[in-house]
Amino acid sequence: MTLTLEHFLTVGALLFAIGLTVALSKRNAIGVLMGVELMLNATTLTLLSFSRFNDLIRPVSGQVFVVFIITVAAAEAAVALALAVSVYRQRGTVDVDKLNLLRS
Amino acid sequence: MAELDGLAVNIAFYVLAGMTLTAAGGVMLSRNLFHAVLFLILSFVGIAGFFVLLSAEFLATAQVVIYVGAISVLVLFAVLLTPRAGRDNGETKMLLPAVLLGVSLVTVFLFVIYNANWPEANSVQELSVRDLGNALLSTWVLPFQLASVLLTAALIGSVMLSRSAEEDAEEANG
Repeated sequence: MTLTLEHFLTVGALLFAIGLTVALSKRNAIGVLMGVELMLNATTLTLLSFSRFNDLIRPVSGQVFVVFIITVAAAEAAVALALAVSVYRQRGTVDVDKLNLLRS
Repeated sequence: MAELDGLAVNIAFYVLAGMTLTAAGGVMLSRNLFHAVLFLILSFVGIAGFFVLLSAEFLATAQVVIYVGAISVLVLFAVLLTPRAGRDNGETKMLLPAVLLGVSLVTVFLFVIYNANWPEANSVQELSVRDLGNALLSTWVLPFQLASVLLTAALIGSVMLSRSAEEDAEEANG
């Protein structure tokens, strides 16, 4: 049985949906960030499978795109976790339900 | 090697898919935040395996070094630095809408994936790390430089954000 593009895209789609559900439903801010990381990983997997199974474009483009996504994800994770630590120092919690200063 | 077939490749694919998706489900379902981070690391390792399967060895190495090595340690440190916030990995009351959105999104995705007329890869040329490096430093040299600016900004920004008030006071006095 030959593995096709569809196999890899299916894994990417399932991983993205799980990441989205985690990011939207977790109460802990660090849990939300983990969902975002899962979604970014699903995206890189999808880009790389398109780059591998398509000879119409130069396949190196997909790999370069993945390099930049990994770079931006690293920067995003560092800043987001620093924000979480900073919010914890100010409020004593990282529960997104309790961070509602702007609501009242 | 245009096609991925053979028993070993198939076994590798299904084992990796099972591992990655089970670990991602573990991030969603585990009640302990620390266990969720460990499941996340396992999921990152699975993605690195997929990169090897798609013959992108350099990116698989980068995935292991950056995600499994650096980002997961960062997440673990964030969990350890917020001790009174609790280790609970519970959900908000948006759980049901989130699950419904995820399920409908994956339905649309699978519909598109299995109905679209994807181009067939006939002559896939193997990419070496040399090709990737040449492309990064010729065609994409401007985004490459911008990425270093972004990383510097993120470095300075995260150091400034995570400084405590005591450290600021020490800086002002000394």
